[in-house]
Amino acid sequence: MTGSQRPGFDMRGPAPAAEDGPAAEAPPPLGSDDTVDLAAERKATDIDAVLDMLDRELVGLAQVKTRIREIAALLLVDRMRARFGLSASRPNLHMSFTGSPGTGKTTVAMRMADLLHRLGYLERGHLVAVTRDDLVGQYIGHTAPKTKEVLKRAMGGVLFIDEAYHLHRTDNERDYGQEAIEILLQVMENQRDEIVVILAGYRDRMEQFFGSNPGFSSRIAHHIDFPDYDIDELMAIATLLLERESFRFSEQAEQTFRDYLERRTRQPRFANARSVRNALERARLRQANRLLSAEGRRWGRDDLMRFEPEDFLASRVFAS
Amino acid sequence: MRITQGTFSYLPDLTDEEITKQVQYALDSGWALSVEFTDDPHPRNHYWDMWGLPMFDLHDAAGVLYEVNECRRAYPDCYIRVTAFDAGYGRQTIALSFLVNRPAAEPGFRLDRHEGSDRRIGYALHPYAADRPAGERYGGTGT
Repeated sequence: MTGSQRPGFDMRGPAPAAEDGPAAEAPPPLGSDDTVDLAAERKATDIDAVLDMLDRELVGLAQVKTRIREIAALLLVDRMRARFGLSASRPNLHMSFTGSPGTGKTTVAMRMADLLHRLGYLERGHLVAVTRDDLVGQYIGHTAPKTKEVLKRAMGGVLFIDEAYHLHRTDNERDYGQEAIEILLQVMENQRDEIVVILAGYRDRMEQFFGSNPGFSSRIAHHIDFPDYDIDELMAIATLLLERESFRFSEQAEQTFRDYLERRTRQPRFANARSVRNALERARLRQANRLLSAEGRRWGRDDLMRFEPEDFLASRVFAS
Repeated sequence: MRITQGTFSYLPDLTDEEITKQVQYALDSGWALSVEFTDDPHPRNHYWDMWGLPMFDLHDAAGVLYEVNECRRAYPDCYIRVTAFDAGYGRQTIALSFLVNRPAAEPGFRLDRHEGSDRRIGYALHPYAADRPAGERYGGTGT
């Protein structure tokens, strides 16, 4: 066969439309007079399951949830537009999640991957969580292959870069992090169909990072801020966590735990939901110890599930 | 002369979409994929150059396609193949291998006859492309 006529391997030219994901192949195109039932489409994609799970499992975060709903709606409408033959350019979905530790950034990123997969935006919907160590190499020429490998692993899903500001070291301009940033930017721009990059970290340091890398900031469409939880929300989180583990507060213990949280939030290194979880873990230890050390008593099912105030009062937080 | 090789040698060249599906099948089977290229078209040439390291822990074919396209850009006039290695106990070998790129013009092979003692004839296949030094075959771009 001669060079002029080659049926395959032709993809160095423009990519065929069929590569645009599952949405392109499934439903038939619509004429200009047709109408669509968005509610039915919504049901078909099963996004409500994900959104409900978000509502159920994540306390508070109203802004975050609103933004996710908006994105879900946009993708759904875009799919319908594509069926009418209207132009539906793929929206830029790279995001940055900023907020204090323990405000649910990783959890939301995981849900986001699932959601984008269900909406047909991503092929697989897995989450690859990395930090600077996974992207930046140790010697010259080590960084590019390392970063590329991580990116390839994340393709079809979400790449979650925790504490992304560590990629850029202001004090050392020859730091290999810059190389990783350049590759990231290139892939974020060119492989937009295959990968969604989510950067996460503390707000002030992320802003600093974006300030010194304007290319990043402009390639990220969604800057989502995760606010700190207030005491009521933290209590709701604690209740959720306990329910999952088949525990509960006694009435006094609930009040004690609220006191505990009020004291704890004023102390340094408070990590929101993570601190709540750790506090409950420690309470479980103390509860187990309390049950064991009480001699000559029999415990019922309810006793094994219940936290009493003394399980929390022993904490260091109350000592100060 | 269109050289064929590997698992789908009997088929027309695969499109990118078909390559994606095959790669995804390999990934779903738990095989590690790698991209290799060469400019020596001889069928018994086993020494292909590796394009990067084999790719482990991939979930989606897009990552492999990315490397294929990178390799195509660097070596548009080479043969490029994708191989899938099955590390499963009892197999531990290449499970799938197919071409994903070929040079624009393939001159083909010459049959050489060597006459030995007692008028015995031995035959050898000689690729015309191999007349030129490695890197200058197929249009002179390449390595």
